[in-house]
Amino acid sequence: MGTALASLEVTDLACVRGDRALFRNLFFKVEPGRALVVEGPNGSGKTSLLRMLAGFLSPATGSIALRIGPDQVVDAEDRGKHIGWFGHQDGLKPQLTAKENLSFFAQLYSSNADAGATLEWAGLSRAADFPVQYLSAGQKKRLALARLKLSERPVWLLDEPFAALDVAGKKLVEQMLADHCATGSVAVVATHEAISIPSAKLALSGAPR
Amino acid sequence: MTALLFRDVRLAFRAGGGATLALAFFASVAALVPLGIGPDLKLLARIAGGVLWISAALAALLSLDRLFQSDFEDGSLDLIALSPQSLEAASAAKIAAHWLTTGLPLTALSPLLGLLFGLPPNGYLALVLSLLIGTPAISAIGAVGASLTLSIRRGGLILPLVVLPLLSPAVIFGAGAVIASLDGLSNGALGLLAAFSLVSVILAPFACAAGVRLNLAG
Repeated sequence: MGTALASLEVTDLACVRGDRALFRNLFFKVEPGRALVVEGPNGSGKTSLLRMLAGFLSPATGSIALRIGPDQVVDAEDRGKHIGWFGHQDGLKPQLTAKENLSFFAQLYSSNADAGATLEWAGLSRAADFPVQYLSAGQKKRLALARLKLSERPVWLLDEPFAALDVAGKKLVEQMLADHCATGSVAVVATHEAISIPSAKLALSGAPR
Repeated sequence: MTALLFRDVRLAFRAGGGATLALAFFASVAALVPLGIGPDLKLLARIAGGVLWISAALAALLSLDRLFQSDFEDGSLDLIALSPQSLEAASAAKIAAHWLTTGLPLTALSPLLGLLFGLPPNGYLALVLSLLIGTPAISAIGAVGASLTLSIRRGGLILPLVVLPLLSPAVIFGAGAVIASLDGLSNGALGLLAAFSLVSVILAPFACAAGVRLNLAG
């Protein structure tokens, strides 16, 4: 769990892909401890917005300001070091077991969290020693959630976290989001589904003027 | 960064990994040449260095196109890019893992294939040394090509076009070192090869990181 206070402020952001503007004049601020849910039809730029917040894409115009702690602005190049990423691709190696996948990322992210305990939290203790290629789509999602939890980053960006998850899995996502925000950290979630934790909503129309 | 190195080495030897495949490819190409040339031992001994070097470069290319591509396709590359380590360090780890699973086994197998060419005893040391010194350059330069082509669907076909011309110095010096040792000359080819390899290995991680950043923004 991220323990640092974080806030994310977006000013006049625009995203252009090819020669098409996905969105422009986007302003929002996610205060410490808050979650932002991004909605919108397919192709409206939800994933592009998340990739922009993570620093993979540069904004066509506008700026993104991440503050950690009371008022410490993070440089754009260092923003990625505070991001917990949950993309729509699972980022798991099918040949490695669930535990090997998770331990690798724990090492990569220098996380001190216990991989075994996190697997148990995600309901995967029985699948821990199976190669990931034998896991179901929902189990892979759970493993990716466990990895997000291990990352211990104050800003979570989640792209369609509910896809392929069962009812208990959805509860798990909502619970981990609630726990994450309770520590003063922030989350931005792109989803089509209703979410039952307190959150602000941002609707991307997919048709900027 | 050792975590990434160990993971890539482990993946190379699991089912679907490229390590044993590259080795088998190297052995079969090198074994076909004597069959095609015929039993002219003198000729075979002269061309052994060149053929083994070219086969090694081609074999290494086989597994290079997936070096960044598989991580890009399954989203791992996003997570690696956001990790506390720099992309330069991650690229260096991937290059090292590729060399450990391809260049090093190819070097170890080369004396055996030298036998197929009737390589005289005084050629083996130069053959093994030149591959040991030169194969890191193949992994490093190949990784730069792999980072540039990682988002191209048939990148495996474009990669050799990008990488092979850049590998020509390594092939010239590597094969030259073997010929020189057969002739009993000292021509400094190994020294030049070492210099080429060193420069490639030092510069490649930076070029790879730039290539990966470019493709993640695509």
